[in-house]
Amino acid sequence: MGWMEGRWEENVITTSLEQAINWARQSSMWPMTFGLACCAIEMMATGAPRYDIDRFGAGAFRATPRQADLMIVAGTVNHKMAARVRRLYNQMPEPKFVIAMGACTCGGGPYYKYGYNVVKGVDLVVPVDVYVPGCPPRPEALLEGLMRIQDKVRRMKELTKGQPLELPVPQRTGTVLLPDELADETKAKEFLVRNKEAAKPAKA
Amino acid sequence: MTASEIIQRLEQQFGSRIVDKKPEALDPFVMIAPADLREVAQFLRDDPALRFELLNCITAVDYLETDPKKKAKAGFEPHLEVVYHFQSFTHRHRFVLKLHLPRWKNDAPGQLPEVPSLADLWPTADWHEREVYDLSGVWFVGHPDLRRILLAEDWEGHPLRKDYEYPLEYHGIRCR
Repeated sequence: MGWMEGRWEENVITTSLEQAINWARQSSMWPMTFGLACCAIEMMATGAPRYDIDRFGAGAFRATPRQADLMIVAGTVNHKMAARVRRLYNQMPEPKFVIAMGACTCGGGPYYKYGYNVVKGVDLVVPVDVYVPGCPPRPEALLEGLMRIQDKVRRMKELTKGQPLELPVPQRTGTVLLPDELADETKAKEFLVRNKEAAKPAKA
Repeated sequence: MTASEIIQRLEQQFGSRIVDKKPEALDPFVMIAPADLREVAQFLRDDPALRFELLNCITAVDYLETDPKKKAKAGFEPHLEVVYHFQSFTHRHRFVLKLHLPRWKNDAPGQLPEVPSLADLWPTADWHEREVYDLSGVWFVGHPDLRRILLAEDWEGHPLRKDYEYPLEYHGIRCR
């Protein structure tokens, strides 16, 4: 918004309507209460105060698909459940997103070979946006999955339909910020040498 | 009562109809013919010296070696065993009853072997027998409502049979 920027007094923000909508949408994803197996315990931990999925605006777990726009498939999906998963997905209003949480929903997991009743990945039943592997994944991993969904929402172009946006879209890379002593390669090597020295047994 | 006393009591009552016994096993058991099951079970429950009020579980074991190389050394002919675990609160003892069945009735694949149902003697047997039918394929004659309990109603085959073939797809969902 180049020329408009900073022309008005403070507390006036200029943005595009689409970005404003996407920002509102990504900041209040409403997941569906939908635990199928042990991963659900980890999903509950993510919702609890220690990890607190509410920080990302996704803490309002809904008990009906009609009020939810994010489906976290947490746990093993078997063939009897697959029809219900599909039906629940169909009942969700657009736009809707799916997180496949855990090894079982990503591709069958431990039940891949001999699980006669387990669906080998929930992507055979509903389209999946983000896969979160792990058995079960840590709450941090689920939060990371949620952030990837938010990235996806932020890039939605419902109004302009494929027109390039004027502003660059800020995005998370997922890289880890290293502490200062590991910042570049020489420093890291020095740190390693220093550590080895320190770990040597003291001479008598 | 100890296990050998229970076996003695059963032999006293049924004599040569006890096909096999093993009092020194960890879970001592006797083996009987499926035709005698109702009579023996009734006796186990109602005899004042035995009083098995509780049927803990019903299990089916499929004895079949599918590997042709190991077949000669397997040490058993292909057959099916149904195992009943009983327990008595009054006398604080437990006991095991086993049945020896062919894998298929009349050796015709697809024809389920038949066993009389115990659902009217112990109500627990109702769901246990449904589970055994569902997963191992044993038909319980006289069961009030014998249908699948765990798998979907239109599932084909009995998955805990050793020669079970995994389906390629189920309702349009790839299975393998």
